[in-house]
Amino acid sequence: MTAAPDRNTQLARIGLFIGLAVLVLAPFIGLYPVFMMKALCYAIFACAFNLLLGFTGLLSFGHAAFLGAAAYATGWLVRSAGLPPELGVLAGMAFAALLGLAVGLIAIRRQGIYFAMITLAMAQMIYFVWLQVPFTGGEDGLQGVPRGKLFGVLSLASDTTLYYVIAAVFVAVFLFIMRVVHSPFGQVLKAIRENEPRAISLGYDVDRYKLLAFVLSAALAGLGGALKTLVLGFATLSDAHWSLSGEVILMSLLGGLGTFAGPVIGAFTIIGLQDYLADRVGSYVTVIIGAIFVVCVVAFRRGFVGELQAGLKRRANYTAPGAGEGVGNKEDR
Amino acid sequence: MEIFGIPLQAFLGQLLLGLVNGSFYAMLSLGLAVIFGLLGIVNFAHGALYMVGAYVAWVGLEKFGINYWASLIIAPLVVGALGVVVERLLLRHLYKIDPIYGLLLTFGLALIAEGLFREQFGVSGQQYPVPEALQGATNLGFMVLPNYRAWVVVASLVVCLGTWFVIERTRLGATLRAGTENPALVQAFGINVPLMVMLTYAGGAGLAALAGVLAAPVIQVTPLMGSNLIIIVFAVVVIGGMGSILGSILTGLGLGIVEGLTKVFYPEASNIVVFVIMAIVLVIRPAGLFGKEA
Amino acid sequence: MLQLKKISAACALAALGFAAPAQAQISGDVIKIGFITDMSGLYADIDGPAGAEMVRQAVADMGGMVAGKKVEVLVADHQNKADVAAAKAREWFDQQGLDMLIGGTNSGTALAMAKVAAEKKKPFLAVGAGSSALTNDQCSPYTIHYAYDTVAMAKTTGPAVVKSGGKSWYFLTADYAFGTALQGDATNVVKASGGTVVGSVRHPLSASDFSSFMLQAQSSKAQILGLANAGGDTINSIKAANEFGVTKTMKLAGLLMFINDIHSLGLKATQGMYLTDSWYWNQSPESRTWAKKFFEKFKRMPSSLQAADYSVTQFYLNAVKAANSDDGDKTMEQMRKMKVNDMYTKNGYVRADGSMIHDMYLMQVKTPESSTTPWDYYNVVATSKGEEAYLTKAESKCTLWK
Repeated sequence: MTAAPDRNTQLARIGLFIGLAVLVLAPFIGLYPVFMMKALCYAIFACAFNLLLGFTGLLSFGHAAFLGAAAYATGWLVRSAGLPPELGVLAGMAFAALLGLAVGLIAIRRQGIYFAMITLAMAQMIYFVWLQVPFTGGEDGLQGVPRGKLFGVLSLASDTTLYYVIAAVFVAVFLFIMRVVHSPFGQVLKAIRENEPRAISLGYDVDRYKLLAFVLSAALAGLGGALKTLVLGFATLSDAHWSLSGEVILMSLLGGLGTFAGPVIGAFTIIGLQDYLADRVGSYVTVIIGAIFVVCVVAFRRGFVGELQAGLKRRANYTAPGAGEGVGNKEDR
Repeated sequence: MEIFGIPLQAFLGQLLLGLVNGSFYAMLSLGLAVIFGLLGIVNFAHGALYMVGAYVAWVGLEKFGINYWASLIIAPLVVGALGVVVERLLLRHLYKIDPIYGLLLTFGLALIAEGLFREQFGVSGQQYPVPEALQGATNLGFMVLPNYRAWVVVASLVVCLGTWFVIERTRLGATLRAGTENPALVQAFGINVPLMVMLTYAGGAGLAALAGVLAAPVIQVTPLMGSNLIIIVFAVVVIGGMGSILGSILTGLGLGIVEGLTKVFYPEASNIVVFVIMAIVLVIRPAGLFGKEA
Repeated sequence: MLQLKKISAACALAALGFAAPAQAQISGDVIKIGFITDMSGLYADIDGPAGAEMVRQAVADMGGMVAGKKVEVLVADHQNKADVAAAKAREWFDQQGLDMLIGGTNSGTALAMAKVAAEKKKPFLAVGAGSSALTNDQCSPYTIHYAYDTVAMAKTTGPAVVKSGGKSWYFLTADYAFGTALQGDATNVVKASGGTVVGSVRHPLSASDFSSFMLQAQSSKAQILGLANAGGDTINSIKAANEFGVTKTMKLAGLLMFINDIHSLGLKATQGMYLTDSWYWNQSPESRTWAKKFFEKFKRMPSSLQAADYSVTQFYLNAVKAANSDDGDKTMEQMRKMKVNDMYTKNGYVRADGSMIHDMYLMQVKTPESSTTPWDYYNVVATSKGEEAYLTKAESKCTLWK
């Protein structure tokens, strides 16, 4: 029985190493840096979302609000207030965290599906605020955000330079999330996901943990948004639209809820698919995204990584049926 | 004559428009509440069904010459049939698992519907003419009342109260409500619960489609009309609580009126007033104005 | 420990990355022209796919080759989203070796694309968008605003309407760059002509329901309802105005209207309205011949934007021929030296701020009785000579033109 776990961990290590290699070598093997950067920002967003849904069991249907908030905040601070990029990004994250606190305080008053609907409605409200408030530029978006010099010395104007900065941030976020999940705090979150009443009966202040997870997730989502603004030079209403909230759910679901690599794979897949299909099929992109949703929910709930893990476990244990990991198991009640 | 500095005509006009919007909120939140009550699924596709209903009416008129009055019957039937297909093929698998999957599946369906119609009809929107009998306006002296909009309010009130009556006061409705509380027991009594569930979803879909046909002459028929509306309806449902039918109706109408009033005095906030109220209600009374504990 | 290994590996390779040379961009033996516009939304009729076809037609009519190189046209739909437009433009410049970008409708997207083009030092020829900001506070050495702008619209239509008795105005404005610019420019003109602006209300782009805006307009008691919007929004505003009886107490002034809008609404609903346009299919024998070919393909008459798409493509390709290069700076310099003389306009030239100065026509919509042939919708009432129609040096905030 000792052979199987080692193999799984080995495969995971190989997978991570390949991923890292691709990440580092991307500009040299012909991958378009702007696409990679965009995908990495959304990967950060998806990882942040997965922290909330995959590990804590809270479905936030308005997560784009936090990405958008940080995108606008960072964009305005860097462009009009002249902040250097690193401070702009941090300020954007802080703004998203504050917004997360406000939304979280209201949403956590209900559970389950109501929580999701409340987050959706709050995000929509915030969207309309962005539409009206002058600094965002409304329909035109907040444009002309310069990249500036990181720490005052490293010019980010070159796509390649910025790419490596963002790749480094991404790796840091990825490791940070792993750390959080494996910490005592993370264990409580998983307990809440599995059986909230029991966690309460064990004496945990469940609401506080949920709120903390929500704020953390919002802050990291904001990080993705702030970085994206630097990459593309603008922040628009699309960054706060409910369709983006839906897409990040799909990224996590498709990749594998409750896994680490899942959201990253999901993000790259969805962003890549959209880029590839945009010119070729017009409005059918929405149809395809919707179809993937339907297929995932009906037949592919564990996502790529989840199915992979389940498959490997099945091969290792001839007697026990594949059990898989992650939120997919909510059905086994 | 002026009210708070706004001419009476404008004030009452906005109030009426608000009542019209509120009628749609009421009808859609009613359908959502019924479906959630029996199926345990939050039907994100409700907005899409409303949109499809409007398009069935429009295509019916353009291609087949089916007039408005016939569409009021045909569209709900067509969309109801669509609902049957969706329930049988897809929703059926999700009843035993976490409700979030139901929300996600119907979200996916809404995207598919929006994308397909967008590809087919473009995003610009089509005009649906007001039926002859309801054209024009009546001068009531203190305001000019567009006939069609008055009709919408009356029709939706009739539909909502009719639905309430069926669910709360008839045997069929009682069976439905029993099925919500304890499907196994009801099945043991010989009632075909899966059939009932399927018909309930179809009924909810039909109701949404009816709202769509009623809406068609008022707003443009566009593929986006459903998604913009459904999120507000979600807020309405959270405010009203999904336990009570009458609650959904009252909340929908009430919020429509509040929105109309906001347009008079502070138009910039009209988009967000429903959500602000939702936040306030959640802080004061988390179960919703008419809700029982979720 | 695994983490530590990964981090150190990443850092080492990243350090190598900084030392790597930037990728050089090859233009190749093809002249690539890009066209990004609203293909499926509220502006699809006045520009859209037919406009794209006109760009291609212009290339084909020049033989498909210029200065020994093949010409290729790339087309995309920005869906009225500035981020989609900018991202697509950037991708084409970076990955496809795009040489020139034509901007379609929607000023928000045009402003975004102009910035990308300026960053990449390539020409951006804005045709469909109207915002005067493109050549005013946001002017750029790489932007040419070709067909029309909000100042020209306002300066030509405004005084005519005021003179005909419309002294008090209420604006219904599309809530984005274009609407804001149009309302602003029109307000200046109305006031300068002795009129007043009583109030305004903004509506979301591509709004579905104008009823509450109509109520607000009515309660303003102004004489003129100025429509600072375009395309589908204008059509729907006018329809709603008729439905709510606004037309009984107020006159409508469409500040940006195209022949497609008149066709959609019909002469009965629009007769007597003043509008300004840069081109009318019936304005000259040349334009009639050209328009006839368009009509055969699309079964409707072209808008001025579609004509401008054709004209701007040939203008650029002639510049490439004259400069014998598709280099961004060289072609920009060449275009500034050339005049535009074709079926679109005569004696047009590019000014220091990027505006292509040419005549604007004040037209009035015919009554149903006086319209003799299909699409015979306008009487040309007056001509605004080039320099008159556009922003003056004193009014301009463009730093390139001081």
